[in-house]
Amino acid sequence: MSNPVLEALALHKAFRGLVAVDEVSFSVREGTVHALIGPNGAGKTTLFNLVSGLLPVSAGSLRFLGQDITGLAAHARARRGIGRTFQNIRIFASMTVLENVMTGMSRRLRQPWPLVLLRGGAAGREEATAKQRAHHLLDLVGISEQADRPAADLAYGDQRRLEIARALAGEPQLLLLDEPAAGMNPTETAGLMALLQKLRTDGLTILLVEHDMGFVMELSDQITVLNFGRVICEGQPEAVQHDPAVVEAYLGPKVAQRLLAAKAVKNPQACP
Amino acid sequence: MFDALDDLLWAYQDLFYGLGVNAILGLSMYAVLALGQLSLGQAAFMGIGAYVGAVVTLKLGAPFILTLLAAAVVPALAAILIGRPTLRLTGVYLAIATIGLGEVLRIVYLNTAPLGGALGLSGIPNKANGWIIYGLLALFLGVSLSIVRSRIGRSMEAIREDEDAARVMGIDVDSYKLNGLVLSAALAGLAGALNAHYSSFISPNEYGFEAAVSILSFAVLGGVTTPLGAVSGAFLLTLLPEVLRPLHDLRGIFNGLIIVLVVIFLPKGILGFRVRRTG
Repeated sequence: MSNPVLEALALHKAFRGLVAVDEVSFSVREGTVHALIGPNGAGKTTLFNLVSGLLPVSAGSLRFLGQDITGLAAHARARRGIGRTFQNIRIFASMTVLENVMTGMSRRLRQPWPLVLLRGGAAGREEATAKQRAHHLLDLVGISEQADRPAADLAYGDQRRLEIARALAGEPQLLLLDEPAAGMNPTETAGLMALLQKLRTDGLTILLVEHDMGFVMELSDQITVLNFGRVICEGQPEAVQHDPAVVEAYLGPKVAQRLLAAKAVKNPQACP
Repeated sequence: MFDALDDLLWAYQDLFYGLGVNAILGLSMYAVLALGQLSLGQAAFMGIGAYVGAVVTLKLGAPFILTLLAAAVVPALAAILIGRPTLRLTGVYLAIATIGLGEVLRIVYLNTAPLGGALGLSGIPNKANGWIIYGLLALFLGVSLSIVRSRIGRSMEAIREDEDAARVMGIDVDSYKLNGLVLSAALAGLAGALNAHYSSFISPNEYGFEAAVSILSFAVLGGVTTPLGAVSGAFLLTLLPEVLRPLHDLRGIFNGLIIVLVVIFLPKGILGFRVRRTG
């Protein structure tokens, strides 16, 4: 068993009366792809915002690489090694594609600002290396020919890939991907799958929210299922997809019962 | 030939100095707008610089370099004080808070006898000259251009585009905003002191709401994609009233009209081109 990269302990988030995330605990192991799934409104994106620090938790705690990060600001968490993408694409539209990726390197560029302004010596070398690495990352996600175009001009699928390249630019230990395959065609989805598998092989830990179930089932090592802000099931893909509670959350009680009666759901009660 | 030039400079000396000082004010506004913040406190910071500078010169008889230093440092400290609580405010709320600063200071100047009250301070020696004003402008413009083309410029543009996305890139948005405000206050304060040391007279009403809006319009006209925009905007809006002198009282309307037209037809300003953000 590898070490947990991220541990969520009884995370709780309420917006006034509405409980969006309710006592959620899970842990993401090093070098795995861990998926968070659940119907719309289950609290997946809120959970992402809690982990990346864009929203403060109401209660509970978060540990990253063994250290408590519950009280850290979003930028401090990014500097510790948590990268993320957004469900509704949030690239910097006025910048070029290359500049977007270089902005993602912010936490890695360490030269003091007086040197940066003089742009000579070590600072100049740092900038040159950063540019080179940015080109390399664009190559990795397959949009290197577009490097100097304004990011706003990219096709939708390419904007998603740019967001991933920008998040990778910070060399995160944990990458949060919020619906990376949304709006992609089957070819693009297959390309994305290959990319994520390669990243996992290289040792990156990925926490994934995705609605494309074929994608999730094939890629994930572990799946946590949320419904109405609570964890209703956790396990490996085979176990989760046959769990009656999960089937019911997605398809409603009537269909779930019919499927159970027809024995279309194998191995019920797979989830503890 | 040089005599003719001298005459010209002498006749238009205040305008010539005013162009440089307003360009520095444009850069001061740029430092805030480039981070997506709207401050209407630039006139207030300019006022602090002018009063501090005048007092240091008149009452302490300090050398001009010390005057300028004090005129930059004191507004910067004021910016830290007002920035910490107000930078959480976004959009119009920060603008309103900074208008408040200007009004409070105006009333303080009006009611402080050692600062001349409503009469202001006069007899400030003419220590500023073209070399100092334009030398400082060139320095600040050079540094600004270098900033926007570096990783700092990328971070600033990221913050202007999408604060949350910038945060998850590891950019400390709050400290960028505070630094931007402090820097802009120092620039405005310097501009205020320079202005005081060629016009020889300052009064509380010079640093009110009207001044704040005209400083804002320098940067809006020029655009926030490059610091050159703010400088050209300041030049244009300072020269325009001179060119339009025959229009007499209609000049103010003309100024306002230009701003409205620019906002509608050139939302990125007259210099809407982008500087590359890679070094």
